[in-house]
Amino acid sequence: MDIRTALQERILIIDGAMGTMIQRYKLQEADYRGERFRQWHKDVKGNNDLLSITRPDIIVSIHEQYLEAGADIIETNTFSSTVIAQADYDMQSLAYELNLASARCARQAADRYTDQNPAKPRFVAGAIGPLNKTLSLSPDVNNPGYRAVHFDEVVDAYYEQVKGLCDGGVDVLLIETIFDTLNAKAAVFAIKKYFRDIDKPELPIMISGTITDASGRTLSGQTLEAFYVSLMHAKPLSIGLNCALGAREMRPHIEELSQIAGCYTSAYPNAGLPNAFGEYDEQPGQTAHIIEEWAANGWLNIVGGCCGTTPDHIRHIAREVSRYEPRILPVTEKELIAH
Amino acid sequence: MREAAHIKPFLRLSGLEPLIVRPETNFINVGERTNVTGSKKFARLIRENKYEEALSVARQQVENGAQVLDVNMDDALLDGVQAMTTFINLVQSEPDIARIPIMLDSSKFQIIEAGLKCVQGKCIVNSISMKEGEAKFIEQAIICQSYGAAVIVMAFDEQGQADTRARKVEICQRAYDILTRQVGFDPQDIIFDPNIFAVATGIEEHNNYAVDFIEATREIKKRMPLSKVSGGVSNMSFSFRGNDHVREAMHSVFLYHAIRAGMDMGIVNAGQLVVYDEIEPTLRQLCEDVILNHNNDNNEATEKLINFAETVKAKGKETIRDDAWRNTSVEERLKHSLVNGITDFIEADTEEARLKYPKPLDVIEGPLMDGMNVVGDLFGSGKMFLPQVVKSARVMKKSVAVLTPFIEAEKELRRQAHLSAGTVNEEGAGAAKILLATVKGDVHDIGKNIVGVVLGCNGYDIVDLGVMVPADKILDTAIREKVDIIGLSGLITPSLDEMVHVAHEMKRRGMQLPLLIGGATTSRMHTAVKIAPQYEQGVVHVLDASRSVTVAGSLLNQELKPAFLESIKKEYAQLKEDFGSKKSVKQFLPLQEARLNKWNTDWTSFCPVEPSFTGTRLFDDIPLEEIAAYIDWQPFFIAWELHGRFPQILSDEIVGKEATRLYEDARALLGRIIEQKWLQPRGVIGFWKAVSNGEDTVLVEDGDRTFHLEFLRQQIKKAAGQPNISLADFIMPASTGKQDYIGGFSVTIHGIEEHIRRFEQGHDDYNKIILQALADRLAEAFAELLHERARKQLWGYAGSEHLTREQLISEAYQGIRPAPGYPACPDHTEKYKLFTLLGGRETTGITLTESLAMYPASSVCGWYFAHPDSKYFGVGKIDKSQVKDYAARKGMPEQEVERWLRPVLEYDA
Repeated sequence: MDIRTALQERILIIDGAMGTMIQRYKLQEADYRGERFRQWHKDVKGNNDLLSITRPDIIVSIHEQYLEAGADIIETNTFSSTVIAQADYDMQSLAYELNLASARCARQAADRYTDQNPAKPRFVAGAIGPLNKTLSLSPDVNNPGYRAVHFDEVVDAYYEQVKGLCDGGVDVLLIETIFDTLNAKAAVFAIKKYFRDIDKPELPIMISGTITDASGRTLSGQTLEAFYVSLMHAKPLSIGLNCALGAREMRPHIEELSQIAGCYTSAYPNAGLPNAFGEYDEQPGQTAHIIEEWAANGWLNIVGGCCGTTPDHIRHIAREVSRYEPRILPVTEKELIAH
Repeated sequence: MREAAHIKPFLRLSGLEPLIVRPETNFINVGERTNVTGSKKFARLIRENKYEEALSVARQQVENGAQVLDVNMDDALLDGVQAMTTFINLVQSEPDIARIPIMLDSSKFQIIEAGLKCVQGKCIVNSISMKEGEAKFIEQAIICQSYGAAVIVMAFDEQGQADTRARKVEICQRAYDILTRQVGFDPQDIIFDPNIFAVATGIEEHNNYAVDFIEATREIKKRMPLSKVSGGVSNMSFSFRGNDHVREAMHSVFLYHAIRAGMDMGIVNAGQLVVYDEIEPTLRQLCEDVILNHNNDNNEATEKLINFAETVKAKGKETIRDDAWRNTSVEERLKHSLVNGITDFIEADTEEARLKYPKPLDVIEGPLMDGMNVVGDLFGSGKMFLPQVVKSARVMKKSVAVLTPFIEAEKELRRQAHLSAGTVNEEGAGAAKILLATVKGDVHDIGKNIVGVVLGCNGYDIVDLGVMVPADKILDTAIREKVDIIGLSGLITPSLDEMVHVAHEMKRRGMQLPLLIGGATTSRMHTAVKIAPQYEQGVVHVLDASRSVTVAGSLLNQELKPAFLESIKKEYAQLKEDFGSKKSVKQFLPLQEARLNKWNTDWTSFCPVEPSFTGTRLFDDIPLEEIAAYIDWQPFFIAWELHGRFPQILSDEIVGKEATRLYEDARALLGRIIEQKWLQPRGVIGFWKAVSNGEDTVLVEDGDRTFHLEFLRQQIKKAAGQPNISLADFIMPASTGKQDYIGGFSVTIHGIEEHIRRFEQGHDDYNKIILQALADRLAEAFAELLHERARKQLWGYAGSEHLTREQLISEAYQGIRPAPGYPACPDHTEKYKLFTLLGGRETTGITLTESLAMYPASSVCGWYFAHPDSKYFGVGKIDKSQVKDYAARKGMPEQEVERWLRPVLEYDA
């Protein structure tokens, strides 16, 4: 079944945090390295994306826990799988392979669950993260015109990632945790170019931005509506928000988005705001309770969790929203008619 | 069952904020000055790599109401790609500019693409066309689409640029079909530029160009209603270059017709558009004929306009304003005088109107208000600047003054009539009333006066209570006069607390009026965090006079008010929350640790210079003329909301004309002040033996009196090697065994009151505000002059100093003169010691208010420090440890210290 058909029928559930789950395995340097990178000249502990190659069993298992909890969409383990982000580990050359391996892990898990219950098809979203370098902000306060990276480099990095994800069989591409809209525009540019180059129809694009604080703006300074307008040309399947905020703080922005978005909406907040130790302690029932109201108001099409959320959170969210109809896709008028 | 929402097919653009072009949006101004081909100044700045200044050109465009910023770097001498990249990246880091969408303007596509790579918002590409064929056109369109940009399509194909109506429409239609069908462009993201060509060139084939554009626009909008039409307007009047008077009129006439035909946006200099209705009728008719190609056989209309242009030119710059308007109706003349700020004829014209209308009040409510509405609109849309508005107000006041006695007489007549008939007199409600006051303890009112004038111009009735007004008086008056809004103003920091107090009192009294907060020391943040929580009926910070109009308008409109207050409340709540969450980020050293990191020097090698005298010396005979030479003019312009450097501001492209006029008026008034000795400067200087205790106290010896001057120390955690400074650090510690010195001064300008009163009686706010601002400047200049004398002769530690006026302004001298209450020593109460040392009130005649403001308001005081390394700095925030210590040192209760130092406390007290 096509994801668009599913979206017309119900609110789809996207999975929760990957990093939080990996932490539970308390992996050591040797686990990250595996056999293949035993001699690698740099520490790689913390390179979670690498586990798709060295410990695919763990990644597949995490995907399965989310699928079991009711997730319709699972995200590939590729948040940092670009030549730019992998430079931290000197693993630039692995960027393509990381995407391919992660996409296959997710594909394998999703297909198993679809086979078990074809009435509830599961989808794989190729996760495209924000990079550790930004195009709109200068890292040097004394030189506001300086940029640590150029648009073309970012396009090349994302192009390679997109190719890996597509070759690994993802169903949709998800540009997420966008705190600099220009980085996201480079991702959109790369996606459009990739599909033009291979001359195939584009996969649907999901877009998820990040409002960083109570200012209601992205880190690069845009209001929510400006952010959406800047990315409308992607003709996205969905637009939404994730990360930085808990559901409580995200609520007004999701409400606004549900009113202005011409496409489907998505939301996957953190499990509240971190406590003094940087840990998330909002309980699954609490998160789900807040989100239930959004569903009741008709603001949602896709919902799930980000940092600190677990399969339990997803299970609770899935149960709460299952009682509600999804937000109806707005009609984009073709003419200027006065109402 | 839910219903599907509807999304309208509007053109949507964005910078940091969205710009949505709705049918009611009217005309979109595209700022044109950031264009190297159109602005010599901008081109020079870019060529000389002065990007900072170039940014200020962009900022001015935004401030003047540009809704989109056109950027063009097409210059043969420039590396366009590099210049575009550098400039756009810089623009992106200026939130007040990056707020609006960017239009990337170039004839070279790679320059456009370089710009697209730097902008996160949705841009407009200006432009692409089919001049190199369909393939290239499609390729470029796809690239624009991949970056998410809207495009301007020029009516240009393989055959050339379209000149006739038919060709324009045909090419646009063809481009539209390709873009929407083959490329998949949304129709609303297509903007056509059907080419505006020069008319009145003398070549008959050109005569219909404007009509062709206007008619093509009409047809394009009919066939492709979602798409937009734009154009570069100034091309059209190219034949009249050098004659801005005629060109501006042509632009206005052209836009008047083109906008009605459906033109949505244009590249224009908004600051230079004359109002269609304001163009002198002869000229307007000539422009109409030329633009609409009427009566133009054998270039007849063209010839007439050229002849007219010649006469305007021949009269020269000075007499360019012709007197034809004197022959129009009295209503027109009144309006003309108001809009142009001309007082010469206002009394006679008002009298004529009074005789013409049934009642004197009709003159105010009719032609005068009509004129002021035009002024308000022009000001609101950034087409008039503050000094012009104040001049308009002067005209208005003069006119009203002529009418008032007649209105009063009528009222009295009606009252008598009612009395004899035994009925009740119900006068009409009249205009909304706004009460303005400078709060208790503060004497500064230039800003408040300007706000009063601007609001007055917009039809509000102003109740101005003046300066040093206690809360009770403000609130009693507000209730008695039934005002609709209260506005508070203040300049010195203790006024902030007083405003909190007023807000608190309003709540206690259960008042419902909205409260406006303004003045140099106020801020949105302080208002949000401290004042707004005191009073729930609406507290709004007003940045400057221009904003006051829209704020008052929103508050007095019953429909807008709830939504407006709600949005302000939300904004402030968020600010407050941000403030709360951000506060703890900075790290503070406990006072003891900060002291260990004090500023230090090798005192053994330092030899203090002994002043030529100790004790005080009075200066009351320095000629004003000598003082005037020390004036720093820049703050004068800032007082008038004209921001920019002096003297560059005089030749600024947008405000230069007005700044020059203001400067000339101010210099003229200054001449009169000097010649007729309106003002009397008085100043005093003192020097005393002083040593520090090695911490934050300076011990001053004055004959047999000793004073402990208490200073505050920076506590913010500094980078390695950076000291935590206190002013006391610059005085030699007693432990060295040597003798150091400190100085002090106060200056004031007396005698302004009678002249202010005279201007008020003459209804001349314009000169009143100039005079006040000049007195402030003279006080500052006097302080500068005395400081120079102190350095060179009286203290004499810098005998060989030789500085230009610019260097003086930029404080390039040795030693400093910080004032109690300002960043280096934020405690106002230390002024008591300074004034006692200086001989008190008797010497200069300055008095201190309960908030420690000096009266007369044009006064300056401060300490002199001579050490070569002494410098201006801000103490920044301080913590409880220092407050406790400081309270103990001063023998002042901690709570009182906290009250005086509230703006610099890092905690809530």
